[in-house]
Amino acid sequence: MGEEFVVLSLAPMLIGVFAAVACAIPGNFLLLRRQALIGDAISHVVLPGIVVAFLVTGVVAAWPMMLGAGGASLVAVGLIEAIRRLGGIEPGAAMGVVFTAMFAGGVLLLEQSDTSSVHLDVEHALYGNLESLIWLDAQGWASLADIGALRGLPPELPRMALTLVLVTGLTWVFWRPLKLSTFDEAFARTVGLPVSLIGLGLVVVAAIAAVAAFDAVGSIIVIAMFICPPAAARMVTNGLEAQVAWSIGFAVLSAVLGYVLAGYGPLWLGFDDAVSAAGMIATVSGAILGLAAAFGPCRHRSGVSASAP
Amino acid sequence: MSVELVTTEANREDRDALAASPLAVRGLTVSYGEKPAVFSLDATFEQGAMTAIIGPNGAGKSTMLKAALGIVKPVSGQVTAWGEDLEEMRARIAYVPQRATVDWDFPARVLDVVMMGQYRKLGLLGRVKTKHMQTALHCLERVGMDGFADRQIGQLSGGQQQRVFLARALAQDAELYLLDEPFAGVDAATETAIISVLKDLRGLEKTVVAVHHDLSTVAEYFDRVFIISTSKVAEGAVADAFTQSNLQKAYGGRLATAQMGALG
Amino acid sequence: MIWDALTLQLGYNATLVTIGAALLGMAAGATGTFLFLGKRALVSDAISHATLPGVALAFVVMVALGGDGRALPGLLVGSALSAAVGLLCVSALTNRTRLSEDAAIGAVLSVFFGFGIVLLTVIQSMNSGRQAGLESFLLGSTAGMLWQDAMVIASGGAIVLLLVAAFRRPMTMVAFDRVFAASLAMNVPRVELAMMGLALAITVVGLKVVGLILIVALLIIPAVAARFWTDRVGHVVISAGLIGAVSGYAGAAVSATAPALPTGPIIVLVAFALFILSLLTAPNRGVFAVVLRHRRFRARVHVRQGLLALAQGQPIYEGLTLRLMRRRGLIRADGVATELGRTQAGKALRDERRWQLLRSDPAYEEAAASYDGLTPLDDVLTPDQLGALDRELQPKGVF
Repeated sequence: MGEEFVVLSLAPMLIGVFAAVACAIPGNFLLLRRQALIGDAISHVVLPGIVVAFLVTGVVAAWPMMLGAGGASLVAVGLIEAIRRLGGIEPGAAMGVVFTAMFAGGVLLLEQSDTSSVHLDVEHALYGNLESLIWLDAQGWASLADIGALRGLPPELPRMALTLVLVTGLTWVFWRPLKLSTFDEAFARTVGLPVSLIGLGLVVVAAIAAVAAFDAVGSIIVIAMFICPPAAARMVTNGLEAQVAWSIGFAVLSAVLGYVLAGYGPLWLGFDDAVSAAGMIATVSGAILGLAAAFGPCRHRSGVSASAP
Repeated sequence: MSVELVTTEANREDRDALAASPLAVRGLTVSYGEKPAVFSLDATFEQGAMTAIIGPNGAGKSTMLKAALGIVKPVSGQVTAWGEDLEEMRARIAYVPQRATVDWDFPARVLDVVMMGQYRKLGLLGRVKTKHMQTALHCLERVGMDGFADRQIGQLSGGQQQRVFLARALAQDAELYLLDEPFAGVDAATETAIISVLKDLRGLEKTVVAVHHDLSTVAEYFDRVFIISTSKVAEGAVADAFTQSNLQKAYGGRLATAQMGALG
Repeated sequence: MIWDALTLQLGYNATLVTIGAALLGMAAGATGTFLFLGKRALVSDAISHATLPGVALAFVVMVALGGDGRALPGLLVGSALSAAVGLLCVSALTNRTRLSEDAAIGAVLSVFFGFGIVLLTVIQSMNSGRQAGLESFLLGSTAGMLWQDAMVIASGGAIVLLLVAAFRRPMTMVAFDRVFAASLAMNVPRVELAMMGLALAITVVGLKVVGLILIVALLIIPAVAARFWTDRVGHVVISAGLIGAVSGYAGAAVSATAPALPTGPIIVLVAFALFILSLLTAPNRGVFAVVLRHRRFRARVHVRQGLLALAQGQPIYEGLTLRLMRRRGLIRADGVATELGRTQAGKALRDERRWQLLRSDPAYEEAAASYDGLTPLDDVLTPDQLGALDRELQPKGVF
């Protein structure tokens, strides 16, 4: 049991956890800034990004694809901002215009180019392939101390771990400006904070987390983890620090429980095949949000003027 | 200033006025769309005084303040603080925004908000020490909100929220305090508390500028007025500028409904 | 080939689908306008993603009952039911908890979609599911469509369009001004429910053609594009309907010409091209027009301020003001006023003095309200009034 777990489940589970947490942390701030759907937009434009990267380089490799996806998310954010400002269009509609058009472009490019020889399709971008990221070189828990075996870890694992460290580090360093400018942008400006730059930085960090995560776990988890754990945490506590902590907890719980249910749940019910882990992780995060919405101690709006402009 | 100006004499005098003033604007025009909300304002706020910015609804009171602080971008105009570029002087300026501009459902306690006032002292990663906490608690005490430090901000009344904002400004330990409608929709106890804090500030040689809408209290609360109705109508000591004819110019027929009793 | 397609000569099914797509696009453009004007454009994104579990469950149920899991009407009923549940979740999260609507939309779309993917993998492992082809609902596919399916799409498109036409008045009222609509004793929640119902119907009909990821584009892009051309609600609705119809028609027709041209993306890209055209070139709200107008406006402000300063002997601090005045020959390079500059400065000052006088005179109350520092007084007063005002100015020796 232990050996099988290390070989088959340890790496994907860790990757799932890292991806979930890396998305949930910036998700807290996006949620409070009413930009929760930025995650939705970014994860849709990942597809054209990787297709263009493939057409340019001719190979399906992680780094070009991530660069392509990152480039596409920056283009998307820039376009959304341009349409919002130049056209005076509300942000939701501007987002809807940009990400659907870019996604459509991605699908068309994909259909028009010869990708029959490589594994590149819409489904992959949507739900990733978490289950296939196994650690073949492992012989059991002892392999964790074996350099040779560690080299055989799927490269997604160190990449996702690095992303998580980066996201956590940046959030920690810029905690105060983030909190201040999210709560009271006008005041933050008078204190001398570069408010627009902070907003852009947050979106870029979110894009980095999304791009690193989609390759391993697909877009669905990315959108779900940007929103569901922070939203659930918001209904459990009234402090920002506590909210971020809870959201990390919910993200870990969704990833672990979702992975286990996807892999072993069907077996317990008497079926042979596992179901999509990415889908199940999103489903579990939704169940957690549902419970928090029904029973969370802080689920109701507080305040005499809860509506912000 | 790279260009030589039209009248050097006027220019030199104006430079002196700018240098003496904690906040001054020249030729400030702000527009949302194609109609200026504020047109070609010159204002020179006086050091150590309490000035009320008054004018009818939609006259550009708040807009003027926001543009002076760089919160909205003007079409034209320049702003100086103590004769210098505003950005250099940020540390000496405290600001109390309108209460309705933030989401009070934000996950923060009263103390968190007051601590935000000490951002410039703490910086990105500076450790919060006991003295910072004490400063924050002391500022809460000055506005009569001690005992609320751990309260979620959404659970406060409107007046209490306004006092928390004032406490945050006090924590900035500034020399110029700019307040946007501090008395709008607050209870009588809060109004008394706020005005006594502001008068204390004046006693300490600080400068206070507040957007104000209640003409009946102008003479009682403030030393000076700046009357605006898109452009400047008058600026000066209450006794000189707060006159029937100036108010008539600014408010027009609306003056009849805007507390004529104020003029006694 | 493309000409054949555009003139509907590619066979009976392709013709039906093309007409259906055009009708659907028109209905979507019009309905989307109501959502967009109510600032709720992305609700449609939650609706469309929430259809997936319904499609999958309907398949499972139909197979379990011994029928054909791929029957389009059954799948569409399933998708409508689960989209309705998704919509209920969005409104429950928004109304009963502290979450804002955008967060509720994101949560519902990702969770429903994730759950739908789980169900799809379940179906793949069922024996009968090997060739279910439910993935085609993600991106839409009209290739090899059955005649019955084409009929469902064409008649579905016609029905939603009729419904939009029937409900257009109350929906226009509510989208334009909720409060006013409510004051007319209109049942606003019910009208909004109808809007959502229509969006849902469009999503369901469009699933097979455009796919659930892209159907939202048909509800958003035409409406946003149309907004650039006109300020009147009724005209926006009609223009959006036209843009949607053109996109649907051209997209479906072009895609019928080759197998590697998927319908959904082509429709969306045609709509996007029309959007970009509108964004840039629309006469009043388009980017070119707005930028040009803003620059002119800024120049007007600066020159006016410069002239007033000149007339009153005040210093001019701003470089832009000086540059603009030099370019217009109002001041010389060394900053001294030219003849023209002095004349115009005098005029500006006289206008400003007239305004000040007018504003302190209760008799001109109404005219005074239009003061903004820029408007020439000649635009506001009749020549007679102007004369009267000048007579008041003269004796006081202001001038």
